[in-house]
Amino acid sequence: MARIVGSITTSHVPAIGGAIAKRLQSDPYWKPFFDGFPPIRKWLAEVKPDIAVVVFNDHGLNFFLDKQPTFAIGAAPEYRNADEGWGIPMVPPFAGDLDLSWHLINSLIADEFDMVTCQEMTVDHAFTLPMALLWPDQKWPVRTVPICVNTVQFPLPSAKRCYKLGQSIGRAIESFDSDARVMVIGTGGLSHQLEGTRAGFINKEFDLKFMDSLIKDPTWATQFSDLDLVEQAGTQGVELLNWLVARAALTGRVTLEHSSFHIPISNTAAATMLMENHV
Amino acid sequence: MSVTKPKRQIPGTTVFDGDMARKGYALNKMCYSFNARANREEFLRDEDGYCAKYGLNEQQRAAIAHRNVLELLAAGGNAYYLAKFGGIFGLDMQDIGAQQTGVTKEEFKAKLAAAGR
Repeated sequence: MARIVGSITTSHVPAIGGAIAKRLQSDPYWKPFFDGFPPIRKWLAEVKPDIAVVVFNDHGLNFFLDKQPTFAIGAAPEYRNADEGWGIPMVPPFAGDLDLSWHLINSLIADEFDMVTCQEMTVDHAFTLPMALLWPDQKWPVRTVPICVNTVQFPLPSAKRCYKLGQSIGRAIESFDSDARVMVIGTGGLSHQLEGTRAGFINKEFDLKFMDSLIKDPTWATQFSDLDLVEQAGTQGVELLNWLVARAALTGRVTLEHSSFHIPISNTAAATMLMENHV
Repeated sequence: MSVTKPKRQIPGTTVFDGDMARKGYALNKMCYSFNARANREEFLRDEDGYCAKYGLNEQQRAAIAHRNVLELLAAGGNAYYLAKFGGIFGLDMQDIGAQQTGVTKEEFKAKLAAAGR
């Protein structure tokens, strides 16, 4: 059966794409963020995952508000980036893993998570930038399965529901008839708010508590409603739901192998975590 | 008879819920179209015609004309879709944040940096 090797969580701010394109990794503004990745890349080089399940939120590239699924999953042979309106350079396409996609679909729906299934899907910066941070040469060594969580239109799926989705994903991966090493990536956050007179809101204390909870008390965040999360983490800080899904997918004992936290990148508290799963 | 509970208010914050999604549909649909370069160029060539094509109401049309983010939000705009509109003019999130909070871009950036201390 497949093995879950760990979860990596990271912010996915579009400006990161601009910084990569302009080679600003060592610029004083950007360095504290990019410095979070070499230890993660070292781990990836050692563990060599075969497949990445990427939990993220689409920001109006693949989905528009005409159809806004709460949970959706890709089942495509390939996923491509496309113009999101502001000109970040494109990245090479990502290979899918149809067997794992359909195994997840079958398992999750049997487990009462009624996923929207997508045999065609474009992936936006929330998928592409974390991949480019993990593999800067953009020669993707993993096949991928995208999972989208609605963090755009309220009501959002509750933190409690997202946690359970993660657990269901974890059980599904572990029943996948394959010797693949599978990692789960959760992208977005942490606290930030783009709109309104509260634009620029950041909550360092909450973010650090949330990160700590993922190791010590992973269901801690499930006490919060979607509006609680808006209040605590900002209107876009709710993307931490993707982190929660990724963490909950780890079925074994979990150790923190690396983390970084830096304010600000663009308008955002930027953070990364590497959590290893010990079966 | 259904009873609608008063909505929870979070200061300085518009939650993009069903009411806003209904109100802003035409505006957000236009902004979604800006994913395509040809549409961005068409908007710049003929702003009136482009807004009419998407059926913007008066409030939305005025907010677009004013390039005013708080007005666009009040007209039902969603931040992620409005970012595509901002992208046409090369505005980044600090430009947009500064405009909404009535400070200079440098002041807005200083506020962000202060949140890390």
